[in-house]
Amino acid sequence: MNWYGCYTLFTREVRRFLNVNMQTIVAPALTAVMYLIVFSYAMGDRQVPGMEVDYFNFLIPGLVMMAMLQNAFANTSSSIMVGKLMNVQIILMMAPLSALELIVAFLSAAVVRAVIVGVVLLLVLVPFTHIPIGNIGFILFYGICGSIIMGAMGLIGGMWSKTFDDMALLNNFIIMPLTFLSGVFYSVKQLPEMWQSVNHWNPFFYLIDGFRFGFLGVGDTDPYKAMSIVLIATLISIAACLKLWSLGWRLKE
Amino acid sequence: MSFAIEVNQLQKTYTNGKTALSGVSLAVPEGSFFSLLGPNGAGKSTLINILADTVKPTSGSVQFLGHDLFSERAWCKRRLGVVPQEVAFDPFFAPRDILKITSGLYGVKPDKVWIEELLERLELTQHAGKNSRQLSGGMRRRLLVAQALVHKPKIIILDEPTAGVDVELRKRLWDFMRELNRNGSTILLTTHYLEEAEELCNQVAIIDKGQVLTSQSMTSLLNSVGSSTLALGYHSPLHITAEQHITLEDFSPRVDGNALLLTLKKDTAGNSNFNDAYQAAISCFGASSTVSIEDEDLEDVFLRLTNNPAEVQA
Ligand SMILES: Nc1ncnc2c1ncn2[C@@H]1O[C@H](COP(=O)(O)OP(=O)(O)OP(=O)(O)O)[C@@H](O)[C@H]1O
Ligand SMILES: [Mg+2]
Repeated sequence: MNWYGCYTLFTREVRRFLNVNMQTIVAPALTAVMYLIVFSYAMGDRQVPGMEVDYFNFLIPGLVMMAMLQNAFANTSSSIMVGKLMNVQIILMMAPLSALELIVAFLSAAVVRAVIVGVVLLLVLVPFTHIPIGNIGFILFYGICGSIIMGAMGLIGGMWSKTFDDMALLNNFIIMPLTFLSGVFYSVKQLPEMWQSVNHWNPFFYLIDGFRFGFLGVGDTDPYKAMSIVLIATLISIAACLKLWSLGWRLKE
Repeated sequence: MSFAIEVNQLQKTYTNGKTALSGVSLAVPEGSFFSLLGPNGAGKSTLINILADTVKPTSGSVQFLGHDLFSERAWCKRRLGVVPQEVAFDPFFAPRDILKITSGLYGVKPDKVWIEELLERLELTQHAGKNSRQLSGGMRRRLLVAQALVHKPKIIILDEPTAGVDVELRKRLWDFMRELNRNGSTILLTTHYLEEAEELCNQVAIIDKGQVLTSQSMTSLLNSVGSSTLALGYHSPLHITAEQHITLEDFSPRVDGNALLLTLKKDTAGNSNFNDAYQAAISCFGASSTVSIEDEDLEDVFLRLTNNPAEVQA
């Protein structure tokens, strides 16, 4: 095993986003603060129906998780995309790195970025409120699994995209709708029956709901059922990355 | 003899249906300086990209130092350094960092002394701290060469490493390659500068349209396939009669003004049939005032073979 190579790739990926931290860390924090301000003014100090929770407190975990998911996706997808355009992928393919070493490096870096963004956001948002931390285990489990899943999706999306247009298409038509319709801004219990069941097919819904449960101790689904769904999704997405990379899908002629 | 690279019956048809390699077999002896030559589109880069594991072959096998590439990837790749034809560069880092990272990817802790030497030898020291976006085309290519060497590979493969590199730096690059070769590395390169290949390399293969036309040592190629022209100068314009033509038939006689041109053949030991030709000429036209021999160089051989592949016997 070439773990040193894997570690090198991991540090490269981490340095890559730290070098442009205005764009990769500060900007997402700013966006989240703006969402929080706008939505909490709009909603006033209403409570979330069916839960004994302030809307404000309900919103924070969702915003944090949404930013984490989007950043995990952005980290791998932009790295692969730029790598393809600049031919750096060739260097990676020539190096003695197995698919496993490569995927471990890429996904760990995505998780690190997501966690940094998540922590920064919490530090920025918490002064506005008094949000409890109910169960740190849940928070970590959902935070990390969610980042892995999104990092993996970013990797696959990056491999699939031939141009930045393809990437924008993925972002606008798949990633954005799934994150926005996942119950960040509302409780699915507020939705009509039909939309509730649609939401249960959205994997992001479980991630955000479980993450929020870790803070507030209340949620829209059974967090243990959600846990097994998330765990399976994590494993499937890692396996898909391994398979596609070793096939050289859309990378190797 | 042991081989650094052995390629067997390699075929490659791209997804668009284009067949770039149709059954290529090659053996690169360990320690050799090997040039892979061929016109544009011959399939050189396709072959090299398969060796580098960036293109999948349709069929066939590849071995490095006796180890199969596709079943022992990591083992082979650690011993291999490839400069691809297409320029690749990491826009996020400076050259020195790129070299450290590349070394790490090969599982080798960056050797600072070696990295500085590489930068120095490839004239990149001054630019080592700049963002690589600011490098010129020739600098980017030299950086790629440095990247291919940073983990001290036993086998070095260079796909047109000197394209876009200026004359002086090209000479220095070749000196560097010669030195690495003397220190035991096997080098396989492609280039369109045939004089350079002739001067540097001791082995040569010529491929065209995805097929190997010839593969042998440089001297044996120049001797066996390369012919020489004997030019005999006379005082007045010549005319060859039918009878004389028959006498000189073996030497494909031609006339160029006052000169008689005869084609000499060499046997594999490099001895030519100069005497026979000279005697035949004298018997037809008498002693000449000047005699000269022009050997075909690699470029002539190359052009003749790629224009008329049927001529290859070796
Ligand atoms: N990715 C590709 N998809 C389809 N066809 C390709 C691809 N790459 C190369 N080819 C075709 O395969 C053939 C061999 O190309 P290759 O790049 O191997 O030639 P080459 O000998 O390296 O030429 P050059 O001297 O111009 O670099 C050409 O006909 C080329 O058009
Ligand atoms: Mg080429």
